[in-house]
Amino acid sequence: MMKSRSDEEEYWNASKFQAFTFDDEDDELRESKLAFESLAQLPDGDDRDHVEEVSWSGEPVGSISRSVREAAAAAGQGTEGEVACSGRADLEKVNSGYSLSSLFKGRKVGGVAAPLDGSGRAVAPEIRRPRSEKEDLLGDWSPEDAVSKMRQGKTVPLERFRRLRDKLVLLDASVDARDGNVITAVLIFLKKSLSKEVLFGELASRPTALRHLVAYLSESGDHALLAELYRALGRDEDAAVSPTGCAAEYALRSKSGTPPGLCVVVSPRRQLLRYKEHLNVTDEKEKRDFLKSCLSLQFSAEDQVHLRDQVSLLERQMLLEATDRQAEAEIFRRFPRRASVLHVPLVTTLYYCCFYHYGQPEGNLSSPQNLRNSFKISEKQFFVTALSARAKQKSWSDVDALFAGRSWLGFTRKKSPLAFRVVVDILHRSSAPVHVLQEYVALVEDGQVRMALAQKHKCHDLVINAYRDLKDRRLLLGYRGKVEAGSAAERKIDELLDNSQIRWKN
Amino acid sequence: MSSLPSASHHRSAFRRKVEAQSRKECQVPWPRSLPGRRLSPRKPQLPGKKDLFIEADLMSPLDRIANVSILKQHDVDKLYKVEYKSIISTSDQIRTVTWICGVVNADKAAGKFRRYKIIFAPQKFYACETVLEEKGVFGNVSMDEWAFHLLPLDDDIISLELPEFFRDNYLAGDLRWVRTAGSALHLLQSIYGPFSKVYGIGRCSKMAYESWKEQAKEEEQNNQNSEIGNVFLLDRDVDLVTPMCSQVVYEGLVDDIFRIKCGCVEFGPDVSSSDNSIKVMLNSQDKVFNEIRNEHFSNVFSFLSQKARNLQVAYDKRRGMDIKQMKTFVSEELKGLKQEHRLLSLHISASESIMKKKTKQDFQELLKTEHSLLEGFEIRECISFIEVHINRQVSMTESLRLLCLLSLTENGLLPKEYRSLKTQFLQSYGVEHLLTFANLKQLGLFVEQQQGETLAVMENKVGKLVNDKTAGKLTDAFSSLARKNNFRALSRKLNLVPKSNDEYDLHLPKDMAYVFSGAYIPLSCKLIEQVLERDGWAGLEEVAKLLNGNEFAVSGKNRANNEAQRVIVVMFLGGCTFSEISALRFLGKERVSLVDAPSDTEAPFEEEKISQSSEVTGAILAYHIRPYLDDMRITSN
Repeated sequence: MMKSRSDEEEYWNASKFQAFTFDDEDDELRESKLAFESLAQLPDGDDRDHVEEVSWSGEPVGSISRSVREAAAAAGQGTEGEVACSGRADLEKVNSGYSLSSLFKGRKVGGVAAPLDGSGRAVAPEIRRPRSEKEDLLGDWSPEDAVSKMRQGKTVPLERFRRLRDKLVLLDASVDARDGNVITAVLIFLKKSLSKEVLFGELASRPTALRHLVAYLSESGDHALLAELYRALGRDEDAAVSPTGCAAEYALRSKSGTPPGLCVVVSPRRQLLRYKEHLNVTDEKEKRDFLKSCLSLQFSAEDQVHLRDQVSLLERQMLLEATDRQAEAEIFRRFPRRASVLHVPLVTTLYYCCFYHYGQPEGNLSSPQNLRNSFKISEKQFFVTALSARAKQKSWSDVDALFAGRSWLGFTRKKSPLAFRVVVDILHRSSAPVHVLQEYVALVEDGQVRMALAQKHKCHDLVINAYRDLKDRRLLLGYRGKVEAGSAAERKIDELLDNSQIRWKN
Repeated sequence: MSSLPSASHHRSAFRRKVEAQSRKECQVPWPRSLPGRRLSPRKPQLPGKKDLFIEADLMSPLDRIANVSILKQHDVDKLYKVEYKSIISTSDQIRTVTWICGVVNADKAAGKFRRYKIIFAPQKFYACETVLEEKGVFGNVSMDEWAFHLLPLDDDIISLELPEFFRDNYLAGDLRWVRTAGSALHLLQSIYGPFSKVYGIGRCSKMAYESWKEQAKEEEQNNQNSEIGNVFLLDRDVDLVTPMCSQVVYEGLVDDIFRIKCGCVEFGPDVSSSDNSIKVMLNSQDKVFNEIRNEHFSNVFSFLSQKARNLQVAYDKRRGMDIKQMKTFVSEELKGLKQEHRLLSLHISASESIMKKKTKQDFQELLKTEHSLLEGFEIRECISFIEVHINRQVSMTESLRLLCLLSLTENGLLPKEYRSLKTQFLQSYGVEHLLTFANLKQLGLFVEQQQGETLAVMENKVGKLVNDKTAGKLTDAFSSLARKNNFRALSRKLNLVPKSNDEYDLHLPKDMAYVFSGAYIPLSCKLIEQVLERDGWAGLEEVAKLLNGNEFAVSGKNRANNEAQRVIVVMFLGGCTFSEISALRFLGKERVSLVDAPSDTEAPFEEEKISQSSEVTGAILAYHIRPYLDDMRITSN
């Protein structure tokens, strides 16, 4: 990244547009330099010997990831082996450990903590102390020239482009150059030097640039400005930020945008931006209040419903949590709660209620039926969840009752919104006993699947009866080898085989 | 002292950046032709002891090219991984820089004087400098770029190691990596000589191509021999269907289940048969792996047991040996056999673990559903399967994948179905996934049918009855309305779904469809095959139109010799899956057998070199599907 001499000069000269200097900063730098140079070399920390060996897995023992783990473990940074850098508290921890205290224990050298090479240049030269005493040798740079210099990673003083027209040409040139890095750099400059109204207005017709600004603002965490941007774009925002818009670069898009407050159809972008912040709220009361405040944003009717459900679910969970935390009921002793029910999805909550509050009257807020009605849970969803929860508790009678249905002849027939294949799978996962499984395996519609499941789950009766009906002596004989010796199933097979009434086909 | 953003604002998995200087000599074994070429040698710049902070994303790549002892030689004292912990996970360079600013300012406030150096890999962004400036530490920190463009992961795979490529480029619409991709091509050309032809499709590919051309213009052309014939650039969003399909080749399954990162996989205790998990390199050096990586999983077991029998025979040779023979055996063969033994037992336990996990979750039904969706058959049943999948709260990524596959193949869902599936998903996995759905919608991965599109679908259905030509015309008329997916029409034109009535012999695959059990030829790979076969887009105009255009084919000045002509580099902008790599390897073999005259017995088999931009480690190699969907989860911009 060596710079040519002339670039260097162009750079400094260009800085004459700069109105103020950073003399103070420079003094500070000089001081730092002196202080730095006078520093004696710090004693070495615990230098660990990394013996280079290779475990049989092929991972060299001295690999970097391993070393990181070791270093972190030594620094007492938790078992995960990472230096956690989340926020202030952790930062201080890092400081107190040896991690940062031994950072750059450099030998004394001539240089200071200043950019060591030309790469330390910024887009906007106000970072550097301008040396305006030098002559301005800068020729007339067109915006295109500036962009092409920037694409080579060079620092270009953009301050010289003061006319709006120049700024826009600059922006368009950067978009034409298809270099996101440069586009963002130009946008940062425009953001600093143009009023929001003008900038946003111009961006409305420049989707690619707009998306870059959105990406930059969200990455740098400037949500306030981002929200303003969305608002200014009004109902065009979604179209403007969509990939289609970018691909086409609608040149003729109206630049004014719709004034805020007049939008009837509001796209969710701005709302989602705000809504997203709820992920950072951990306290349930705060979260509920935050979500409630989101309700006043104009979400689409459909999403509004989801949001309202989210709020009422959280309220329901808080209620459940408050009562169940001290609950003494037998069920809580038999199956102690492993986690709180707060902040979990609706289906998980339903499972919880089916597990701990099954059979409560519907009027009760913790009853599964109540939950089902309040949140319009589909029949299939309710069925699956109730089935899993009751099977987990091994209350087979409850499981049985779920299937209760009456045919018009008055016989009870098992009915299920789920394929019985899935039912068997759920029951099997809860390690249901064979006599329970058998009942449902028998109901599997597809004959082949039924046989496969019956064999898999050792529902001997089903298999044996099926072979008997097929009058397949050979298969039956073969199956005899698969059942346990001396079991009822074996006896049954023997009886069948001895039965002279059956006319075997083989 | 600058204030740091609160913890929750931070995100994990950083943009690459190494704090403090690492003066490493990066010796990278290049694929085949240029072994040991130095990629980016660094000169010592910060003498003395230093600590090295490595961004989490950069760990694996660095591990591939340097190890601790090398760093030690350069006075690197301690190594740290920089990683934020929080719910949201995306990678941001800006946030990392902000964090560094906090550290510098904290040191300043504490009166500590240190030197800081930030090494940006692969590229320094202006926006980061702005952050340094705004935080008042510009000038206290020196900066450098580590033009880390290509990481060879295997004999035939080169990666850019940019897992964020897909999200930045396709979701955020940020073009910051375009130049990086161009630079990678430029580097490739400067090492291997000029390419004779460049093909491509997609907006990003086109831009990357232009960026490369521009960079190439700036430099003198060297007239070295060409070693690469053709280059094919492909935008990931040209084919989003393939990454939504469950993988069934061995390497793909290993990736789906254990995640291959940068050519390395970490097997848990259930595979390593010890208390610890182990990290294993997966590449052609592993002789056992090399033979099964591209195989359909149903062939893997028989292969492994055959291998075990051979091993037994080799061991048995010892019997009846005299001392001298035994000595030779021990010194020459035993080590190799033991190595093979170890690898064999490793891959057998990995396969067992895969079997266990896959049979546990009704894998057959899942595959059946995917195949039906690809074929456009029994959609009602498919939706019902997806519903149960969601209702039972089975793996969220899998649910998302199914939803996206449904929407992509059906060209969007009917509003009623869209709403019902979305509601069920939110109920099962949490309402906050409203954000996920916003992302999926933006990417066109899970969308409602627009009125025009509904018509187009009707036309498609009618078209099937009439004839393909009219249907094509009508679809064309509608495709101009909006960017959308025309999977059905493409599938018909390119024959992506083989006729289902004949049995597909997975032992003797006849086409690339074998990577999906014979049910589907990856769109991306089929496209590459067709373009190469026709030496351009002639005859594929309609296909290109259905893929939203931006196709190109440019001939270079130099014609490569025949040898080089067979080497084709495919660059996926936005990552690719192992299944696609396997399919391309298959294609490579086929092409060679077609091109080579029978007399040419010595012809070295050149398979296609595959280079991916972006997630390649990411996607090709690591989180193939995950980078897409996991990134889309919750994170919204």
